[in-house]
Amino acid sequence: MKQYEYMAKGRLKARGIIVPPGRIADTPEEAAKVVAEIGPSALKAQVLVGGRGKAGGIKFASTPEEAVIQAKAILGMDLKGYRVDRLYVEAKLEIERELYVSVTTDRNAKKPLVMASAAGGVEIEDVQDDLIIRRLVDPEVGVLPYLGREIAEAMNLPLPLAREFSELLVRLYAIYRQEDAELVEINPLVVVDGHLIAADARLNIDDSALFRHPEFELVEEGSTLEHTVHQLGLAYVELDGDIAVMANGAGMAMATLDAIQHYGGRPANFLDAGGGAAVEPTAQALSVLVGMHPKAIFINIFGGITRCDDVAQAILQVRRSQGIPVPLVVRLVGTNEQKGVAMLEEDGIAAFSEMSEAAQRVVELAGEGR
Amino acid sequence: MAILLRSEDKIIVQGITGNQGRFHTGQMVAYGAKVVGGISPGKAGQQVEGVPVFDTVRQAVAATGATASVVFVPAAFAKDAAYEALENGIRLLVMIPEHIPVQDSIDIVTRAQALGAVVIGPNTFGVITPGEKTKMGIMPNHIYRPGPVGVVARSGTLSYEIAFSLTNAGLGQSTVVGMGGDPVVGQNFISVLEAFHQDPETKAVVMVGEIGGSAEEEAAEYVKTLGKPVVAYLAGRAAPPGKRMGHAGAIIERGRGTLDSKERALTAVGVRVVTMPWEVAPAVREILG
Repeated sequence: MKQYEYMAKGRLKARGIIVPPGRIADTPEEAAKVVAEIGPSALKAQVLVGGRGKAGGIKFASTPEEAVIQAKAILGMDLKGYRVDRLYVEAKLEIERELYVSVTTDRNAKKPLVMASAAGGVEIEDVQDDLIIRRLVDPEVGVLPYLGREIAEAMNLPLPLAREFSELLVRLYAIYRQEDAELVEINPLVVVDGHLIAADARLNIDDSALFRHPEFELVEEGSTLEHTVHQLGLAYVELDGDIAVMANGAGMAMATLDAIQHYGGRPANFLDAGGGAAVEPTAQALSVLVGMHPKAIFINIFGGITRCDDVAQAILQVRRSQGIPVPLVVRLVGTNEQKGVAMLEEDGIAAFSEMSEAAQRVVELAGEGR
Repeated sequence: MAILLRSEDKIIVQGITGNQGRFHTGQMVAYGAKVVGGISPGKAGQQVEGVPVFDTVRQAVAATGATASVVFVPAAFAKDAAYEALENGIRLLVMIPEHIPVQDSIDIVTRAQALGAVVIGPNTFGVITPGEKTKMGIMPNHIYRPGPVGVVARSGTLSYEIAFSLTNAGLGQSTVVGMGGDPVVGQNFISVLEAFHQDPETKAVVMVGEIGGSAEEEAAEYVKTLGKPVVAYLAGRAAPPGKRMGHAGAIIERGRGTLDSKERALTAVGVRVVTMPWEVAPAVREILG
């Protein structure tokens, strides 16, 4: 779960990392009030994407009057697909240097990874590789101050800054570890008046660990439909095509999209009905697909733990209760396959056993393809 | 021969009295796995599918000599269960649950490494060795046959699809291993490939990968010295960046973890990369003749 910048900074501040003075503002009037209070400020759009500055999501105001004008320009704007509803108004800084620091997980090493660079202020993937310092952390030991001193040395920071950096890194790691962060990043970490300040921050919390962090406000990303399906406990991603898709298992669902694309079709969504999907959740998922008004629907099931007759039952249930007004292609193999296929056939629905043939057919029925 | 799991391995089931634990204990026993005990605190003395239940792993290991455990407890208790197993001499640990916090997974695999134990998962379907009629996990029993093809996959149902198509093509499997769909898991392609390298029964390897991370790229370097042909299918060509495709680990983050990068790395070292799941079995058939 991503956190907005102002939330991330709240966590940094709570851990003793210095952030600029700032407040949130939801209206131009509120923005003006904050500027009157803290002086010349940056008005920063609160959205969950990077590169706000270039996209016009950060503007400066020296007076409350300017703040009203600038806030009006940003609030409500569309920033890379996100609507701006909230600003973070923050004291403008006289920046001497921009650094980068983050803690994340190295998936291959299965260890925490500290990354730092003296070339901060741009997205880290745009920084030349030899300018990035990477250090793996032993999770049983954690980050001790010496690691910060060594990294500071590699960045050529003068001694007082090196000491500050070392303390900051210990605190940043504590956030990563104790608050179950996937990523905690300060970019840029700026030098102002000879001290380190976190000018921008990113904090992503591990969704799987939210149960032990009631302190985090829920931040929902994505469309309303995505939220609805997530609430059913199903993995769902909206795509821009018009063939609705359901499969069981994440890998199968991905492969199903690939197969549609392979035959020239355009999938409308990713939907994993679960490795052992029962009648009810499957029916609910299908019902969502029908509601999307796609050109066609493709259900691709390999029945391992999932039973084909359960899937057939779910399909018939939805057909009877709400109707399925678009072409439906079902591919059904595995446990209780014959029973499931027979149930569908009785209702005039043909089921395929080959994934390739089924994918090809649904693309044809949607009027797409080569 | 086979890898990781052998017929003589004595297995316990942590969380045996839950719905999943109960059902899959039955399936494992039916397949022929030596399930010697189950754990469910406070339920010692009960039996599940003919398997005795113990309160603690300590008791179970003392009574049965088990060295392997398959974990079905809810994600929030998984770290506790894993440590209990590792500290009591379990050396093959299969972690089925999805949604285990990444920090917990880091701790589990770190501790296992220190003790010389093997962790499979989390978020895995497990491991199955058809030639020795044993399995630890949730895969369906009827789709596998003994044979020369080693399979290593990140994803459950997709691996079933591919294993079944191999079986239908007359190509049995030596061992099928699920690495798990989480960002941090005990096995990577390299560790499993190394095991297949050592196994004389395995004549070819099928890798079933997906977008996210760089396990496939890292594996490519190793494949050069594997000495056995490899066929790979990777899922997620149609996946947009920045979205989690069901698995916590299946995400293209900040330009990393794309299918292109994986395909290029594997193709460069001579892996036969196919673009659709149904192309795997014919490719293996062609290679093995």
